[in-house]
Amino acid sequence: MTCTEFLALLDDLIDESVTTQMRADLQQHLQGCSHCEVTLSTTRKTIEIYRSHEIYDLPAGLRERLHAAIMARCKKGC
Amino acid sequence: MATIQPIAGELEPHPDVALVAQVRAGDVSAYDTLVRKYERQIFRIAQHITQNREDAEDVMQDAFLKAYEKLEQFQGNSKFYTWLVRIAVNESLMRLRKRRTGKMVSIDEDVETEEGSVPRDLADWAPDPEQNYTQSELHEILEKTIKGLPPGFKVVFELRDVQGLSTEDTAEALGLSIPAVKSRLLRARLQLRERLSRYFRRKKGAEK
Repeated sequence: MTCTEFLALLDDLIDESVTTQMRADLQQHLQGCSHCEVTLSTTRKTIEIYRSHEIYDLPAGLRERLHAAIMARCKKGC
Repeated sequence: MATIQPIAGELEPHPDVALVAQVRAGDVSAYDTLVRKYERQIFRIAQHITQNREDAEDVMQDAFLKAYEKLEQFQGNSKFYTWLVRIAVNESLMRLRKRRTGKMVSIDEDVETEEGSVPRDLADWAPDPEQNYTQSELHEILEKTIKGLPPGFKVVFELRDVQGLSTEDTAEALGLSIPAVKSRLLRARLQLRERLSRYFRRKKGAEK
């Protein structure tokens, strides 16, 4: 397996949607290729960091304003 | 006699189905429950596309109000959340077009970019690299890094990787094909990785 072939299957590997045979082939490539190993581990880390840090906080008072707007709309006819 | 096994997940209706039915029956508090459940996610999507806090606030409000008003039109053959995302994405794009004085902005334009498609920065990262920054520094790095991506990439990454939607639901919410979602996700992941490497790579001379 070449690095390009590995990269084409990177998402499937991260998302765990590879067959057993495919996984074995990918693992075999990883054992001999530190570049792809770094790409895999740092891509996984990228996802993990974005998943665990909320970068856009909900502004204070927005929920209340939305609630008031929905209630106002509701009074008009719901 | 052979029986057809139901696909896992089909037996239990999604909890939103009952909430939507309650709202349709006139229970506005059930809609509050849906708002609380999805407000953060919708706000983040709007912020990713508009890149403007005020616009994102307006989009979030307009999207929930529009969904409330159009609830009768919601067929129930898609999930409530994917339907809501679609409304929020359209509202965000409209807002963006207004700002850019009518210039077409689309989520489905494919951006040809070589960046990240072949990983260039192959240095390994420091262990727990985020520990080298304060919370506010890290926040700034993550925001700055994702901001540079095309809107279609950011939203696919947000829905698939941050919010955990399936490829199919992401495609439906964004009106994209499944191959288009997959292609954007791979490029988004690789571009973010490449850009974060500038901050997180193991410093030369650091102990392994």
